[in-house]
Amino acid sequence: MKRIVWWGLLGLVVLVLALRVAGGEMRSPFADLQGFGVWFAAFLTLAIVSFLYNDNPIYRFAEHLFVGVSAAYWMVMGFWSTLVPNLLGKLWPSLTARWFMPGLAEQARDPLWFLYLIPLAFGILLLTRLLPKGGHLSRWALAFILGTTAGLRLIAYLTADFMGQVQATLVSVAGYTPALTPGGAGVFSFERMFWDLVAVVAILSALSYFYFSKAHTGAFGRFSRLGIWVLMVTFGAGFGYTVMGRVALLVGRVEFLLADWLSVL
Amino acid sequence: MMRRTIPLFITAFVGSILVIAYFIPHPPFDQLREDFSIFFDIIAAVAFILGGGNLIRMHGNRVSRREKGYGYSLVTVIGFALVLVIGLTKMGNPDGFRNSSVTAAGSYFDLAYQYVFRPCAATMFALLAFYVASASFRAFRAKNVEASILLLVAFIILVGRTFVGAWLTAWLPPSLDFLTIPYLADKIMTVLNFAGNRAIMIGIALGIVSTSLKVIIGIDRSYLGSG
Repeated sequence: MKRIVWWGLLGLVVLVLALRVAGGEMRSPFADLQGFGVWFAAFLTLAIVSFLYNDNPIYRFAEHLFVGVSAAYWMVMGFWSTLVPNLLGKLWPSLTARWFMPGLAEQARDPLWFLYLIPLAFGILLLTRLLPKGGHLSRWALAFILGTTAGLRLIAYLTADFMGQVQATLVSVAGYTPALTPGGAGVFSFERMFWDLVAVVAILSALSYFYFSKAHTGAFGRFSRLGIWVLMVTFGAGFGYTVMGRVALLVGRVEFLLADWLSVL
Repeated sequence: MMRRTIPLFITAFVGSILVIAYFIPHPPFDQLREDFSIFFDIIAAVAFILGGGNLIRMHGNRVSRREKGYGYSLVTVIGFALVLVIGLTKMGNPDGFRNSSVTAAGSYFDLAYQYVFRPCAATMFALLAFYVASASFRAFRAKNVEASILLLVAFIILVGRTFVGAWLTAWLPPSLDFLTIPYLADKIMTVLNFAGNRAIMIGIALGIVSTSLKVIIGIDRSYLGSG
């Protein structure tokens, strides 16, 4: 009985859509590629939303299609935006210019072009993971990735995030807003100084929560408890913003269905 | 030797060079720093090929063995192959193969992005709104002070950034402006949230620096696996 009701509802929806298309109130899926694309996008949107009711074959179709398409999408983007200009263009510029990127024709070959054989070799080694034997060679490429990440991040985080944040925290307590233009006068205010001091106390208390070399008891314990509250405020604000972002996306999808597909907005 | 020593040497060599290059901004170190960043991008792009290859191998096996639900794997393989072919051959590009970008408007690859990738990605993330809301309802019940603060702040931020926040506290006299929800939301974001984020960032930075050092020196070898 339940199934008959569902099929009946689906038939009704299809009938209404067909009538609207026939009456010219909606874009036809057979008019052009864009028209078909809008209908297919609407189908995928509804298929994914249907998961809110229950797991079903239509949702699983959309999910698996998304996995395949997104993997290919990032692979193609990686090929055209990184491999062609940065690897093929450096190793074989004239060939690359002739076949892929005419803009490269005017550039001379880099005198240190042979250095790019290194990432080529590591790239090939990385792909050995797909082979039944010799997969351990991919660790060499992985080691290169890890070494580069560690070397670059160590300095970047030490200078920008650690030193930069500590410096900005200490400077800010002056209650002074620097001038926006060079040579202009800055602005001092007690209100600004008050909020800056609140921020500094909040930062120190939050940091004290992560300090485990001293027992969290007594005055230090109370201070680190204040830090927990500051962290909770941060998590609450982050949570609120995340929900807002997701709701904005949902509004975007509903807008797409009503305006682009059904043409009722 | 091949399995552990050489990878350890590569990591130590590359990591050290990049650290040294920061303190000696002269040739050849400054150039090496730039080159290694490009090499990293290239290998990361190859990793996408590895990911695609793994995906095809896994779903291809399911299809060839006719495992349960292999039809869905077939959808993945067909979707993957189709987008890969139209992307690599720049099929349907208005200016032809050589003279246009792969993402040129009107190309089949652009259509696949506009009408398959984007709607799927946006709807998947939009679905999370429901799940985040229901999960938080179960997880963050105001059982103690900390959970209550989290919920209260989330509420103030959600309401304070919409017209409802201003409307709810519009009756307050100007002398009590500091109690209006938009003002509270603004101060939470610019003072307390900022302070908490800064503390977390300082902690993350210290964690990354120590982890990077452990990787470069060879104390952390977890990436080599157990084999």
